[in-house]
Amino acid sequence: MADHLAYWADHADKFAEATLEHLALVGSVLAYSLIIATLITLLVRRSERVGQLVVAILGAVYSVPSLALFSLLIPLTGLGFSTAVVVMVAYNQFLLVRNFTEGLAGVDRDIIEAARGMGMSERQLLMKVQLPLALPMIVAGVRLAAISTIGIATIAATINAGGLGEILFSGLRTMNEYKIVGGTLLCVLVAVIAHAGLLGAETLLRKGLEHR
Amino acid sequence: MGDIASYFAANGADLLRMLLEHIKVSALALGAASLVVLPLGVVCSYHPVIERISVGISSILRIVPSLATLIFLVPILGTGTLPAVVALAVLAMPPILINTALAFREVPAHIVEAAIGMGMGPARVFLTIRAPLAFPAAFAGFRTAATEVVASAALASYIGAGGLGEIIFTGMGLMRTDLLWVGGISVAALSLAVSFLLSCIDRRMRRYERA
Repeated sequence: MADHLAYWADHADKFAEATLEHLALVGSVLAYSLIIATLITLLVRRSERVGQLVVAILGAVYSVPSLALFSLLIPLTGLGFSTAVVVMVAYNQFLLVRNFTEGLAGVDRDIIEAARGMGMSERQLLMKVQLPLALPMIVAGVRLAAISTIGIATIAATINAGGLGEILFSGLRTMNEYKIVGGTLLCVLVAVIAHAGLLGAETLLRKGLEHR
Repeated sequence: MGDIASYFAANGADLLRMLLEHIKVSALALGAASLVVLPLGVVCSYHPVIERISVGISSILRIVPSLATLIFLVPILGTGTLPAVVALAVLAMPPILINTALAFREVPAHIVEAAIGMGMGPARVFLTIRAPLAFPAAFAGFRTAATEVVASAALASYIGAGGLGEIIFTGMGLMRTDLLWVGGISVAALSLAVSFLLSCIDRRMRRYERA
C-alpha cells in the first residue's frame, strides 16, 4: 500500500491530467448532448406517437455496443476526440430524450388545463408549468447520461481520445499495477461523485415540488 | 465492399471461432453470476436488511465503468479467459440481483396466503407459487445483464479472452478499415440478436398477462 501511495504521489500530475482530460471529454459530450436532446424534444413533443417512434429509434442506436460503434465510425471520422464525442452524444440522446419526453408528458393533465384556463400561451405553459414539474425527471436523465458517458469515455481511450482509460490501457500494456489500481480508483471516484451530486439535486427538486 | 467479401471468404473459420469464443465467455459469465446472485436475491426478498446492503453494493457496482472492472482484475488474475469471465460476471450481478429481489418481493401476498391456507408446505409454496410467479420479472434483470455482458465481452478481447473484439482491436492497431467494419458489424449484430432472442422469450412468458 505504501508503494502505491508513493507511486501515486510521484505521478500525481499524470493522474490529475488524465482526470481533467476525462472531465473535459465528459463535459463537452454532455453539453452537446443536452443541446441536441432539447431540440429533438421540442420537435417531437407535440405528438406522442412521433415521440415514441423517435425514442425507439434512439434506443436501437443505444443498444449497439460502444466498441462496435467506435469501430464502425473510425473509417468515417478517424481516430480521436471527434469520433468519441459523436458516439457518446448519439448514445445520450436515447437516455435524455426518453426522460425529457416522459417528464413533459407525465405532467398532470388537470394542471395543464388549469394553466390553459388561466390564459397561458403554449410558451408560458412549457416554461412556467411543464418544465418545472418535469425537472426531477430531466435531471434523472442527465444523471444516467453522465454515468454512461463517464464509463464509455474510458473505452474512448482505445481510439486515442485520452482520459482515464488511457491510464488503464497503458497500465495494462506495461503491467503496471499502480497505474491500473490508481486509474480504477479515479474512475470509480468520478462516477460516484457525479452520481451522488446529480441524485442529490434530483432529490432536492422533488422535495421542492412537494412543498409548493 | 470487395474487401469485406474477401475477408469472409478467407477468414470465415476464424470468424466462427471468435463468435463461439464470444458466446462462450458471455455464457460462462452469465451462468456464474446467476448461480451466485439468484439465491442471494431470494434471501433478500425475506430479509430487508440483507436486501438493503446487497442492493446498495449493487447500485455502486452498476455505476463503475465496465472497462475499469475488466482491467482491475488483471494484476490479480492475470490475462486470459478467467479474469474476463470473473469481471463480466461482476458486471452481470447487479441487474440480476436487483430484479430477483424485487420480483420475489412483489409476488402478491394473498396468493401465497391462499397456498398456505390450502395446506402447502414452505418448499411447495416456493417451488410452485413464488418461483414461477417471480420468474418473468427476474428474467428482465437477466436480459439487461446479458446485453451488457455481450457488449463488454468485446472489450474483454483486450485482456486476452478472445471473441469478436479481437477483430476490432486488430483493425484499430493496423488501421484496416475492412477489419473495423467486419468487427463492428459482427459485434453489433450479435448483441442485437441476443437482445431480440431474449425479448422474444420474455414476450412468450408474459403471454398470460395480455390474455
